[in-house]
Amino acid sequence: MMSGVDNDKRRFLTQAAGAVGAVGTGFLAVPFLSSMKPSAKAEALGAPVEVDIAKLEPGQRIVVLWRGKPVWVLKRTPETLQTIPELDGEVLDPRSDQSDQPLSSKNEARSIRPEIFVAVGVCTHLGCSPVFRPEIAPADLGADWKGGFFCPCHGSKFDLAGRVYKGVPAPVNLEIPPYYFASENRIVVGLEGEKA
Amino acid sequence: MKKVLSILVFSAVAFVAHAQSGVDLESADHDAFDQLSVIRGAEYFGEYCLGCHSLKQMRYSRISKDLHVNEARMREMLLFGDNKIHDVIQTSMDPEVATGIFGAAPPDLSLVVRSRGADWVYTYLKSFYQDSKRPYGVNNVLLPNAAMPNVLWELQGPQAPIIEEHGGKSEVAGVRLEHPGSLTPRQFNVVANDIVNFLTYVSEPSLLQRVPLGKYVIFYLLFLTWIFHRLKKEYWKDID
Amino acid sequence: MNRRGDAFREWLDERLPIGQFLEDQLLKYYAPKNFNFLYFFGSLALLVLVNQIATGIILAMHYKPDAKLAFDSVEYIMRDVDWGWLIRYMHSTGASLFFVVIYMHMFRGLFYGSFKKPRELLWLFGMVIFVLLMGEAFMGYLLPWGQMSYWGAQVIISLFGAIPVIGEDLATWIRGDYVIADATLNRFFSLHVIAIPLAIIGLVVLHLAALRTVGSNNPDGIEIKKNRDLVGIPKDGIPFHPYYTVKDLYVAGLFMAIFAWIVFYSPEMGGLFLEHPNFDPADPMKTPEHIQPVWYFTPFYSILRAIPSKLGGVVAMGASIVVLFLLPWLDRCPVKSVRYRSPLFKIALTAFVISFLGLGVLGTKPVTELYTMMARGFSVVYFAFFLLMPIFSSVEITQPVPERLTESVVPLSQRKGFQWRLIEEGIRALEHVPVRYYLNNLLARLRGKN
Repeated sequence: MMSGVDNDKRRFLTQAAGAVGAVGTGFLAVPFLSSMKPSAKAEALGAPVEVDIAKLEPGQRIVVLWRGKPVWVLKRTPETLQTIPELDGEVLDPRSDQSDQPLSSKNEARSIRPEIFVAVGVCTHLGCSPVFRPEIAPADLGADWKGGFFCPCHGSKFDLAGRVYKGVPAPVNLEIPPYYFASENRIVVGLEGEKA
Repeated sequence: MKKVLSILVFSAVAFVAHAQSGVDLESADHDAFDQLSVIRGAEYFGEYCLGCHSLKQMRYSRISKDLHVNEARMREMLLFGDNKIHDVIQTSMDPEVATGIFGAAPPDLSLVVRSRGADWVYTYLKSFYQDSKRPYGVNNVLLPNAAMPNVLWELQGPQAPIIEEHGGKSEVAGVRLEHPGSLTPRQFNVVANDIVNFLTYVSEPSLLQRVPLGKYVIFYLLFLTWIFHRLKKEYWKDID
Repeated sequence: MNRRGDAFREWLDERLPIGQFLEDQLLKYYAPKNFNFLYFFGSLALLVLVNQIATGIILAMHYKPDAKLAFDSVEYIMRDVDWGWLIRYMHSTGASLFFVVIYMHMFRGLFYGSFKKPRELLWLFGMVIFVLLMGEAFMGYLLPWGQMSYWGAQVIISLFGAIPVIGEDLATWIRGDYVIADATLNRFFSLHVIAIPLAIIGLVVLHLAALRTVGSNNPDGIEIKKNRDLVGIPKDGIPFHPYYTVKDLYVAGLFMAIFAWIVFYSPEMGGLFLEHPNFDPADPMKTPEHIQPVWYFTPFYSILRAIPSKLGGVVAMGASIVVLFLLPWLDRCPVKSVRYRSPLFKIALTAFVISFLGLGVLGTKPVTELYTMMARGFSVVYFAFFLLMPIFSSVEITQPVPERLTESVVPLSQRKGFQWRLIEEGIRALEHVPVRYYLNNLLARLRGKN
C-alpha cells in the first residue's frame, strides 16, 4: 500500500499550514479584541470639556466632569502658593518625577498658570474622590495642615499642588490632565493645545 | 445529481432576489465611493433636507473622518448651531411641531437607502408632480399623498402627471417635466444622484472599509486553502 | 523539554484521561475512506456554531435588549463599535449559512440512508438540534427590533393561538404580554443568548457520541465494521486523524473563503440574509406590505399558508417537521444508499427535493391564486414522499449492495441511467464547439511563446 512516506514533506506542509493559520488567527482576533475598546460613543462622551473661570474667586474650587472623572479647577491665593515650597520635605515626590502630568505642569506649582490649579480629583490609591480641605490647622488634620486635599477612604493626604504626603497609602501625586488656556478665562480640559 | 441541484438552487436564488415590482424605478448611477459626489450630497442635504430630516445614527465626526472634511468645512455643510463634532446629526425641527404642520413627522433618513433602496430614493426625489389638491401643491408618483413638499422644485422645475386609464379608473403612471428649473434635467439628475450617494454612505459607512478589505481576506483564505489542499493531498497518498 | 512534556502528560492522564480520549476519538476512530462532498457539512456546522458563539459573545457586550434601545444599539454596533460591523455581518451571515449547511447535512442523510438502523438515535438527536436551531434563529431575529423582526414574530407567535382551548393563553404566556412587546424581547434575548445555545451544545455532544458509537455511514451505505482485518480494524476504514482532520481543514478553508466573500461583498444577499424592511425600526401601528420569514423558514411557511384553515395550517406545518422524526421507521427498504436503490426511490427523492425548494421559493412571494395552487401541489408531494414511503420502500427492487466500498465519486462513464448518457453526449458535443477550439488555440499559442 504505502511505498515510502515523505515525512519531511509532511512536516514542512504541516508547519507551513500551522504558521499561515496562526497568522490568520492573529488577524482574526483583532476585530474581536478591538471591539472591546472604548467605542466612538465613549470617545464622544470623553470629548474635551470647556471651563469658564471668569467668575472664579480666589480660594474657590469648581468641579467638572471629564471622561467620567471629576476634574478640579482651583484658584489659589498668593499665600497658598507660598506654602507649597515649604512642604517639599513632607511630600513623597516634590519634583513630580513619578506622577502623571503634562510637560506644561511639571513645575513647582504643577500648573500652567500658578494661580489656576487643574487636577483630576481621583485619589491615586484606590480611586475615591478626596475632600477639599483649604482651612489651616483644623482639629482632625493637625496643627501642621496648611490646606490641601484629604481622602476619607484610607486617609491619604495631598497638598494644594496635589502632591502626596509621605506615609499615606496613595503612592503618587494627583494626576494633572492635559489642558490649555483657550483664552484669558477659558480652559479646555482634555487637550494640550489648539488642534485644528 | 449535484449539478441539477446547484442549477435549481441558483435559479431559485435569482428568482427570489429579484426586486418586487410596482412602479418602475429609475436606476441611479450610484457609487458611494465617489467621494466628491458624496460630499456634494452632504452639502445638498444640509441645504434642503436637514431642516426636517435627522440622520441620528450618524456622527459628524464620522463623516469628517471618512470623507476627509475638516471641522470648519463641516460647519459650513452640516454642523450647525450648538452641535459639536462628535454629536449625532439631529434636525432642528421638533417632531410634534412637524406632525402638526405636515400630518406626520418627517422620518429619520439614516437607513432609508438600506430599507428602500438607492433607486427608490433617486426615483422618489425625481417623481414629484403638481397637484392642486395637496396642501403643498405637490404629490409623488412613488409615494402617493406624501406629506413632503418638493424641496428641490426650483432646481428641477415643475412636473405634470401622466394619467393613464385602466378599466375606467385613471391612475398616475409617470411624470413629465413641464419646463426645467435652474438646472437642466441632466444636471438635476446629478444632484439627485449626489444626494443618493450621500444617503447610501450614511446608511452604511462601513461600506468604505469592508469592500477594500475584502480582497485581502479572501486572497489570504484561498492561499491558506491551497496549503491545506497540498497537505491533504500529501497525506491521502496513503489511501489507494 | 520532551521529558517535561511526557511527565506533564502522565500527571494529567492519572487525573483525567484526556490523552486516552483524544487517542480513541481521533487516532483509533475509523471512518469510511470514501467520504465525499456531502460528508463535510457536519464539521462545517460545528465551525459555524463556533462562529455564532464567538461573534454572539461580542455582540451581547454592546446590544441593549430593550424595545426602546435595541434598534439603535444594533446601529451603534455597526458604526461606533470598533469592527462592530464585521462582527455583526459574521453573525448574520453565519446564521444563514448555518441553515445552508444543515439542510445539506440532512439531505446527505436522506440520500445515503444515514438515518437507518443502527443510526436512528443519531438522526433523532439531529432532528432535535434542527428544531432548537429554528427556535434559536427565530428568537435571534426578533432582537434587532426592526419591522420584519416585530411583525414576523407577531404572526408566528399568534399561530400558537390557533391551538384549541389553551392557544390564546399559551401565546400570551410565550409573549409575556398581549402583543409582541418589550417583555417578549427580554425573554427572547435570554433564551437566544444562553438557554438554547446550552441545549444545542449538549445535544451536539450527544449527537457526536451517538455517531462515534455506531460509526459513520458512507456513500455506499454498507457497514465497514463488517469487514475487519486481523487486528480488528475495518478494512475500508481509515483513522479520522490525520486523514479526515486534514480534509476537513481544506474544506473549512474553502467554506471560509465563500463566507468571507459574502461578509465583505454582499452581506445582505439581495435582501435574503438581511431583509430590507428590517432597517426600519419596529412600528406596532404600521404593518409592512409583505411579511415573510427569513429564507430558511420559507418551505415550512409555505406549507402553513397553503392550508386554508388557521389551525389546519399550523398542524400541517408542525406535521411537516414531525414526519422527519419518523423517517427511520417510514423507510422500510433494507438498502441504505441511493446508489443501490430503485429508480422509483430516486424519482420520489427528486420530486421531494424539487417540492422543498419550490415551497421555499414560494414562501418568499406574496400570496396569489397561482402560487397558492403551486404551494398546495408541492405540499402534497412533500407529504406523499413520507406517507407513501412505507409502501414504496417495502416493494422496491434494489440492486445488489457490494461487500467493500467503492469510490466516493462514481466516474461518469460508470454511472447507470439514461440521464448520465445525455450528459456525456453534451460534454462530448461541447468539445467540438468553436469556443472550446479557440481556447485550445490560445493555450497552444501561449505555450508556443514559452
